[in-house]
Amino acid sequence: MIYLTTQTLNGLFSAALLFLIASGLTLVFGVMRTVNIAHGSFYMLGVYVAYTVITRTQSLFLGALTAMVVVAAVGLAVQHLFLRRFASQPLAQMMMTMGFALVFRDAAFMIWGGDPFTLPYPAGLRGSINVADIVFPAYRLFVIVVAGVVGVLLWIVNEKTFVGAKLRAAVDDAEMAAGTGINVALLSGLVFAAGAGLAAFGGVMGGPILGGYPGMDFDLLPLALVVVIIGGMGSLKGALIGSLIVGMIDNFGKALVPELSYFTLFAPMVIVLAIKPTGLYGRA
Amino acid sequence: MGEPRRLILILVVALLIFLPPLLTSYWVGLLTQMMIFAILAMSLDILLGYTGLPSLGHAGFFGVAAYTVAVMSTAYHASFWACVVGGIVVGTLLGVAFGLLVSHVRGVYFLMITLALGMVLWGLSYRWIPVTGGDNGISGIPRLEAHAGLPMTGPIPFYYVTLLVFIACSVLLAVFVSSPFGFTLRGIRENESRMKSLGFNTWLHCYLSYVIAAAFASVAGVVWAYYNGFVSPTYLDLTASSELFLMVTLGGPGTLAGPVLGAGAIVLLKNVISAYTQRWLLILGTIYIVTILGAPQGLWNLRQRHTSRVH
Repeated sequence: MIYLTTQTLNGLFSAALLFLIASGLTLVFGVMRTVNIAHGSFYMLGVYVAYTVITRTQSLFLGALTAMVVVAAVGLAVQHLFLRRFASQPLAQMMMTMGFALVFRDAAFMIWGGDPFTLPYPAGLRGSINVADIVFPAYRLFVIVVAGVVGVLLWIVNEKTFVGAKLRAAVDDAEMAAGTGINVALLSGLVFAAGAGLAAFGGVMGGPILGGYPGMDFDLLPLALVVVIIGGMGSLKGALIGSLIVGMIDNFGKALVPELSYFTLFAPMVIVLAIKPTGLYGRA
Repeated sequence: MGEPRRLILILVVALLIFLPPLLTSYWVGLLTQMMIFAILAMSLDILLGYTGLPSLGHAGFFGVAAYTVAVMSTAYHASFWACVVGGIVVGTLLGVAFGLLVSHVRGVYFLMITLALGMVLWGLSYRWIPVTGGDNGISGIPRLEAHAGLPMTGPIPFYYVTLLVFIACSVLLAVFVSSPFGFTLRGIRENESRMKSLGFNTWLHCYLSYVIAAAFASVAGVVWAYYNGFVSPTYLDLTASSELFLMVTLGGPGTLAGPVLGAGAIVLLKNVISAYTQRWLLILGTIYIVTILGAPQGLWNLRQRHTSRVH
């Protein structure tokens, strides 16, 4: 029972991180109809930028903030300068992001070297929390709560604000949205930047546990893709459900059958695809 | 096929046959690599260029076939033909199985699913350590010349074996793409719903196209296992698949000459640049970006457009 609860909490922690990263990926897909292969790179860049800032200033908050801003700016530049001119050519955009993924991967290796590292824990969240024989690291709980807050914020922005309404219109039918005077190109840029920033934030949140290492970008990308495929591309709710499913299965899979962890991860994707090719909450 | 193109083709084949004995073994090896990757790139082009299905896990078939040869020849000491047939059959069967999962999806969905499936294969090669050796890979694959019982050894005989396979694959693929089946694939690429209403079973065409592409990729994988004598997970990861994607895009999707050109260019650049700098990925990424910006239809089609304007 204790084992089960601890593993469930661990699964929730994975799900929380996955949600932070996959929500950006799914929103970018929703507006631009393209797969951002560089999304894992933004996650990686976030950790590295935060690491640099934190070692210089000792401030976690400053590190997280800088990482988000810098990576969002990089995302905006990539979208504005390179992807925008290929609007409605998803394949060209995808290949462009793949080029950037390779460039970022090698650039990070060049700048920060190949040594793995972890970010420091925030003060006060180092220890663990004991409730009725269950010992659980406080930081993991903190990440779960933060992801929940981000989820609620995203939901509010998407459903209750004017920008969110424009966004939903663009996801629904970009051409019609543009016809009613919505600046879809600008919106795409903002969503792309926000997605990049969220991925960076996810990287920083996972930083004390998962850390940074060369190759982390392509380690994460398939997980985020599976989340988005299961949940349905373009759907925030799908990203949430997908993250929960993948987080739980990945965690229990690794604990129970470590050799087959990749299979336990991709099996649910295959089942969902066989039944509903657009994912649980996606639309064709 | 126009006159100038036929002339180029004859010239290239003549060069490939008569030039190698005059070259150093480094260049013979490089040409061998180019031809292996040319087969692989052409097989991806069946999907990407002719059928319009962007497969981002194609290196998986190549890798699985290579691993099959490696496992059979080292752990089970299988004979040469058993290894060759085994590699091709296992790779193709994988295509048969995966094809069932992907043939009903299109566009960006196809891309994501093939990417994920490719990652499964990579994960398997990386984690299934008792069979694949994990990160260390499998070394000690016998030399092809010795394994097949050829009277000669060295890079030149291997080169001619590869050339033979390359020409056979090229001819088969050329016949395939100019067959009614190949034209149906192009029809699906251009307008699937119209092909459907004309009575074509587009699912079956996409499925067979996927399986055939997997089969040719497996052939390339078998030759590669013997060429390299060593297999490791890096040959089927996402970087490998995207490099392959770039070969086709750079060369010119929807043609057979394009992928060959692209594979030759990338293999050449990779070897030459790697001799001078460690920054191959940076350069590869830049080539990607420049290709999409400058020649989104590929080098070969650029040339074609040019000549058609002249005539």
